[in-house]
Parts: sequence; C-alpha cells; structure tokens
Amino acid sequence: MKTSLLAHAGRVWLALILFFLYAPILVMAAMSLNASPFYQLPFKFTTEWYEEMAGNEQIIAAAIRSVLIACVTTVIATALGTCASVALFRYDFKGKRLLQVLLFPPIAIPWLITGTAMLIFFFFIGIGRGTPAVIVGHVALALPYVIVTVTARLSSFDIALEEAARSLGADSWTVLRRVTLPWISPGIVAGGLFAFAVSFDQFVVSYFLSEPGDSTLPVMIYTAIRKGFTPEINAISTIIITLSMGIMFLATRKAKFGGEH
Amino acid sequence: MSLVDVQNVTKKFGHTTALDNVSITFDNGGFFGLLGPSGSGKTTLLRTIAGFYYPESGSILIGDRNVEKIPVEKRDIGMMFQSYALFPNMSVADNVGFGLRVRKVPAVEEKRRINEALELVQLQALADRRPSQLSGGQRQRVALARAIVTNPKVLLLDEPLSALDKSLRVDMQIELKRIQREVGITTIFVTHDQEEALTLSDRIGILKAGRIIQAGTPREVYDRPVDAFAAGFLGEANWLPQQLLDGLTLPGEKQSHRFAVRPEMLTMSDAAVDGRNSVRGKLVQRVFAGALATCLIEVKGEQWKLIARDRDLPDFAGEGDVWLNWAPEDTIRVPA
Repeated sequence: MKTSLLAHAGRVWLALILFFLYAPILVMAAMSLNASPFYQLPFKFTTEWYEEMAGNEQIIAAAIRSVLIACVTTVIATALGTCASVALFRYDFKGKRLLQVLLFPPIAIPWLITGTAMLIFFFFIGIGRGTPAVIVGHVALALPYVIVTVTARLSSFDIALEEAARSLGADSWTVLRRVTLPWISPGIVAGGLFAFAVSFDQFVVSYFLSEPGDSTLPVMIYTAIRKGFTPEINAISTIIITLSMGIMFLATRKAKFGGEH
Repeated sequence: MSLVDVQNVTKKFGHTTALDNVSITFDNGGFFGLLGPSGSGKTTLLRTIAGFYYPESGSILIGDRNVEKIPVEKRDIGMMFQSYALFPNMSVADNVGFGLRVRKVPAVEEKRRINEALELVQLQALADRRPSQLSGGQRQRVALARAIVTNPKVLLLDEPLSALDKSLRVDMQIELKRIQREVGITTIFVTHDQEEALTLSDRIGILKAGRIIQAGTPREVYDRPVDAFAAGFLGEANWLPQQLLDGLTLPGEKQSHRFAVRPEMLTMSDAAVDGRNSVRGKLVQRVFAGALATCLIEVKGEQWKLIARDRDLPDFAGEGDVWLNWAPEDTIRVPA
C-alpha cells in the first residue's frame, strides 16, 4: 500500500537522521572510556581519561570560566530581552516596527563576521579584549533569541488578563509580577536556555574577544585539538553533552514547549 | 439617587469620534443595559467608565467622586470581560481573592469573603480547580465572583453572556439577575443582543454612532421608540406604507412622521375588523415554530411580519389575500 510505503520510508529517514546525529556523539562517549589513546579496538574500559582531565587545570579553569560567562550572559540577556519583549508588546511608539525588524539579522549574520566586527568595534571604543568584552558580545548575540522566544509566548497572551487585574485594583508592577510574568515564564525559561546555549557553545566570538590566558572551553578545546587529539577532550565533551541534554530535558518538561497542560 | 453620572463625554480615537457628547445617568442599584450595533460606542462608553480610556472632555462621577482622570485601578470598579480573563496560573479561589490580596485584606477575612462570593455563584466545591478545568458557565461564575468580591461601587459587564451557547445563556441571564438583586450592586452591561437587554435590564440605553439615542425602561423604549432606528433595533417594526395612512386611526399628526406596528400586535383575518386599523396584504409564508408561528405578509411592497400563537391564527391555506388588524393605540409614531 502506498501510505504504508511512505510511512516506512519516513521511518527509515528518521532513523538515518538520528543515526547521523547521535552516532558520532556515542562513538565519542565510548572512546572517552576506551583505554587506547588512538581509538583502537577492542574496547577496553578505563576511567583514565576522566582522571587525567580532572587533573588538567587548564581544562577545569576554562570550563568554570565558560559556565560563569554563560550564566552571566543568561541573566543579563534574559532580563533585557524580557523587558524589551514586554515593552514591544505593551506600547506603541515611533520606530517600533523598525526595531522589531532589526532584531532578526543578527541571528542570520555569520558569527565570523559578527565576531570580526565586534573585535574591531571593541578596540575602537576601548573595551578591547578580555572577559567583559566576551560577555558583552555574548549578550548581544543572545538577546534576539530571548526576545523572539518571549515575544512568541506573549503573542498568545490575552491583554484582558492585564485589564482584569487592573480593574481589581492592581498597579502596573503587581500586574506584571502576578499576571504577565507567570504567563510568559515558560518563554523566559526557554529564552534563558537559548541564551545559555548561545554563550556556552560560542566559539568564534569568544575566540576573537578572549585573551590568550583566559579562553573559554570551546576555544580551549580547539586549541588543544590543534596540538593533538587526546581522549581527555572526549571526556570533557561527553560530560558537557550529558549536562546540556539533562538541562534541556528538565527545561522542556518544565517549560511546556508544547503549550499549556 | 444616581451612582454613575456621565456628563458630556466625548472620546476620539484618531479622527473617529467614538463617543459624541454622551450624557447618561445610572441609578444606584439598577441594572442598566447599553445596547447598540457594533461600532456604536457602547463598549467605548463602558471602558471609559471603567477607566481604560480617558475622555477628551466631559465628566464621569462614580458615587461622589469625579473619576475621569483617575486610572482604572483606583476607581473601585468590578468588571467582567467577554473572554472572562481568568488568571490561568491561579486556582478559582485565588482568582476570586485577587482583588482582596491587592487591597491587603487580612487572610482570615479574605478567606471568608472568597467563600461568600463562591457561595453566591454556587461554586464552593470547585474552589481549588484551575480555570482550564471549568466549563464555560462555571468560568463565567468565577469571573462574576471575582468582580464583586471587593464590593465595588459599580459592576461593568462587557458582553457577559456572548461566549455561552443559547440554552446556558438563558440560565445565566436568570442567574445574573438573581445575583445582581441579591448584592444590590449598580450594574452596567453592554450587549448587542436585544433579547438579553430586555431580559436583564431595569433600564436600557440605545446607542448609535457614538450617541445615546434613547434611554428608559425596556417597556418605554419598546413601546415608544424615539426614532426609526430605536424602533427597528429593539424589537421588530412593520413600517406602514405612506399611501395607506389615509383612513387609519393614527396617534398624532401624520406630517413628516412614520408609523409602525410590532409583529405581535397584529391579528390576521379574511375581512377588515371594526374599531381596529386594518390593511390588506398578501400572505407569503407561514412558519410554524412550536408555540409561535411567524407569517410573512407583503403589504404594498413592504415585508411585514406577524407573530402569534399558532392556534390563534385562522386556518388560511397558506397563500392569498388577508387583512391585518391592530389596535390604533399600538401604532408606533416616530419622526421621519
């Protein structure tokens, strides 16, 4: 039958996608537990690489720095982005459309170009390189993601809810805190996750803006690979992937991406 | 004693005048219906009283306070929205208690008043539910309880029953009226449904193009509409063709006036009836609808409608010449 053939092909297609998406990750995770540093089989279980990684101060320092930068970026970008979304939703002002349109290109512009532009600009205005520059750059990159996500959530918000709260005597701060924010919180959580991911995964902008001594984890991994591939990198990568997938899993359950209920 | 007094209020949106020098008084404890077609300004008037819009000119008095420059949250009103606007993240009890918490009412009193309000709308059993777990009628009751729990000076209802299906709507009309009487709160509601306006209101205001055309009791407005629009908007009107006016007994001068009869005032017969106004027509269609029947009759090119108990109608074959009769005092007279 035609439909079942189509459904069958669809299943194969899905299986292929999942295979090419996850097989490299699984291989990497397996190799992080394999004794051979040259990825030779047969597989021999060891935690040697994890121990070695734990002793590698450079990796640990870079990991901590990456997490800190991502957290700071998340807080700043989520707060600014949420304020911007609420303002764009509530108020009509001159140039609102233009502002909304201008939010999208940064998502599409290649990071290499954004990074170069930022590096030049930051030197021009005197911020230069270093962790503050990295944070400013990450916030700028993450902001559109937060605004888009929160705005999407706000678009399903019934403005009568705010009006009802006001008619019951609530001032605008109470309305925001008790009615609007609870409604958009799944959007804020999702936006925050995007911001964290954009910052944590960020290579190009971090590479351009960080100083040699204090690079982020992706930059450090890149530098390490250039010197020679070691299973330590597999180990740290496996940890990162497990953590990010765990966070994403929790967040999707909490944030109800599929809507209410 | 008047509780809400709107005087010479004008409200514009850009170049459109939504309210054009409106003056209307709402008596204390009354149930007042604002009726009009869409775009007539009825919702704008309600929202201006609520405080969502500030008028360009004029004054609004709620109680003894001038409120036209006071924001919504300080006007001490209760409002029910067309979508009910229940807070989805709160339980029924928390929804009802919202206005009390904002006013920092002590917890014990808050609980007591929430219970009273839920009792009034017969929803105590559902206090812990979420709005998403309620039916349409239950949501409406919660919205009502939430709006009156703070003892506001005035209750404003924006198309309160339009989201309900027909049978539930009739139940809720009765319920709404009972609760309003029990609480005794001055209530203003907006509707485009004339039947709803007639059922619920002590007084009705008819709006058209940002102006109040007529205000009065439902009976006054129905029996003595001030113009052709009011006559046709509240109830139906059969307009008398100009060439038939001679020979009929009409209330007042014919000059530059139009005359009409309500469909239920008519009787149908095969000959003119003495002492009544009679016109000839052609029965086009007779529609049986249970207790009542509706007849469509052509009278000198005008479509007339007659509504009567089916058993009271003579047994005409279905088509043909008939006489339509009515008492002269039932004739409606409006300026042309």
